Amino acid sequence: MSDRKKLIVSHAPFLHCGSKISTRSYHIMIAALPAVLHGFYLYGIPAVGVVALSISSAIIWEYLINRLTGKPTTIGDGNAALIGMMLAMLFPATTPWWAIITGTFVAMVVGKHIYGGIGGNPFNPALIGIAILTLSWKNIFNIDYALLNYDFGFQAAYPLAALKHGGPAAVDSFNLFSLFIGQQTGSIGSAFGLALLFGGIYLIIMGFIRWEIPVSFLAGLLITSLLFHLSDSARFAGPVFHLLTGNTLLGAFFLATEDSSSPVNFVPMLIYGAGAGVMIILIRNIGGHVDGAVFAILLMNLANPLLDKIRPKALGKVGSHA
Amino acid sequence: MLIHMIKKPYLKYDVIDPACKPVIIPVPGKAVIFFNGISDGKKRLLFKAGDKVKTGQKISLFADSAEYAVATVSGTITDISPYVGNFGKTCTAISIDVSEDDFDDSFGKETAGQPLESVRNYLSCLPGNLPVNNLFDPEKKISTIIITGIDADLLVVTNQHIIKSKQGEIKRGIEILKSIPGINNIVIAVRREFVQGYGHIGAEIRNIDVRYPSAFPQLIIRDLLGKTIPAGKTPEDTGICMISAEAVASLGEAFLHNRIPTGKIITVIYKDEKKLVSARIGTPAGDVLKALNININNGDRLITGGPMTGSCIYSEDYPVLPSTDAIMIQDGNSIEPFSDYPCINCGECIRICPANVPVNMLVRYLETKRYQEAAEQYDLYSCIECGLCAYICVSRMPLLQYIKLAKHELAGIKLTEAANV
Repeated sequence: MSDRKKLIVSHAPFLHCGSKISTRSYHIMIAALPAVLHGFYLYGIPAVGVVALSISSAIIWEYLINRLTGKPTTIGDGNAALIGMMLAMLFPATTPWWAIITGTFVAMVVGKHIYGGIGGNPFNPALIGIAILTLSWKNIFNIDYALLNYDFGFQAAYPLAALKHGGPAAVDSFNLFSLFIGQQTGSIGSAFGLALLFGGIYLIIMGFIRWEIPVSFLAGLLITSLLFHLSDSARFAGPVFHLLTGNTLLGAFFLATEDSSSPVNFVPMLIYGAGAGVMIILIRNIGGHVDGAVFAILLMNLANPLLDKIRPKALGKVGSHA
Repeated sequence: MLIHMIKKPYLKYDVIDPACKPVIIPVPGKAVIFFNGISDGKKRLLFKAGDKVKTGQKISLFADSAEYAVATVSGTITDISPYVGNFGKTCTAISIDVSEDDFDDSFGKETAGQPLESVRNYLSCLPGNLPVNNLFDPEKKISTIIITGIDADLLVVTNQHIIKSKQGEIKRGIEILKSIPGINNIVIAVRREFVQGYGHIGAEIRNIDVRYPSAFPQLIIRDLLGKTIPAGKTPEDTGICMISAEAVASLGEAFLHNRIPTGKIITVIYKDEKKLVSARIGTPAGDVLKALNININNGDRLITGGPMTGSCIYSEDYPVLPSTDAIMIQDGNSIEPFSDYPCINCGECIRICPANVPVNMLVRYLETKRYQEAAEQYDLYSCIECGLCAYICVSRMPLLQYIKLAKHELAGIKLTEAANV
């Protein structure tokens, strides 16, 4: 039979829903874009430079690792760009170029590829990058110091630093609505709460992040800060202030939800999110750091593998333990 | 088709178009019958090339084996050769040059005297694949029969058509099933739309959910009977036998006409179209497509079974089997390849898995061939093989293939261990 047709054989299923890693990455970047644009508006060209350098250097690190390990080039999946963008959102606009390149190196090489690349990282790579930089060069992340030369036309003190040093009395003058619409200083992508909230809701509706994590994250944060506030309102600021300042919303929707370092089962997601929310308030209220979002999420990343062991009993499983 | 919800996405089964009538495929010039079993070279063959067979004739290929096939056409045997299918499954292909139908009447003679014996002796190759061996196996102690009036896979409407059009045959089939000693409960699972007319069918009628994969045996048993099949066991192990509506209708038909039915209803799925056909068992898939004017080209995919659980075949000569409920043709351009990306832990599979299998963890073990741990810690055997995880996978991993391969390898290991004891 010489005219036999050559058919393709492969394994079932023969349909796919059409989702792709690149779609996922780019949608998350699009959802974060309004907050980044607001950063450009606030801080001007330096912020553009930071974001551009961060994304491009993250992509270059990924490419170099691909070449070094002899693996196919994976920059097309958008994951490197996404990590670069998340990292940029956590940088103040005045971050020096060498710190950005070091940050993306730590994020991409140490945070992602040493653990086996995409899907293998136990921590959010962007947070690893930021944490190392924060611990190494503290002054870069001192927002008030970093943004000293700016004139914003609104109250320019970094709200969380003001709270840390002056207590709730010092932050009374902040209008919560102004904070929500981005009239506050901070890192490039964290100030515009409204945009982050909409971006987050968009990602939840599209199914690109797991809604359980941000919801429990914010619930944990609000409840804990409310309890602190009720116990001693002279020492601890109210829940809405904590919700709208620092990296809270960025953390809830974009950082804590990173796929590989967060749980996938229902109950673990709730514990994970709530745990991170509680930890942020503990760090802000009684810890040493001004904003606890980065370390709170990293800490819960650490607990993720253990948490994710809590899962429903599989079909047909005999025995009592799940 | 995919309905997006924040909690859980799901796929829905199609309902058959009421106007849909099967196209009759002409009897082919050459037919191929599969015989379950293979010659080891020593066994004496009872048939050889050049022998004549009649429609409905029983073909026992080996002298010392109870296995048999049934000729669904009349003609001359041209070739008897081994065939290797998926996962190394072997059988013997008997090619027949077809001539005018000449019916064999030995089944008809036996039905009157010993109806159950005749079922056992002649009807294991009925359209719809009646599980004769399970029904009459004294060790299985089958007490409950579930008749599935809906096909397990998506897009396939073969059994819905049977439920709609063959009530009389199904009723007769149920009477015969009831006469099997030990059977005390017969349930017929159908879609809500088709309950009408089944009030006096002689079996308990139950509805099936419209969400895929609710028509899978394990889920039907859970939802309809409230029983759980332990992971790794079959329904038959717990005394429940699943029979397709088509098999029951064929059984009834065999007794109504005293002749073994040979026509198989098949859903042909091509692009966005769906057609029902009725073809002789043994008709090559290529002949079915030719009759429907469907061209198949290099690089296309030809699938027996549905889109989620079917299997690819590499030749148009592959015949229609008693179990072929669907034939699907995929255009080469529309084929979505699997990738070698790792799991990114997005959790979509966890949301969609009907069996609560921790697919994200399981696949990490399967990729590294740690099958034993996969089975013990990550519920490999709870998987019902519906394919939803691979359908939804963002990394496009061949998850169902990994799972089936693992089960196959573990079965092989068990066999070797048993042989070494």
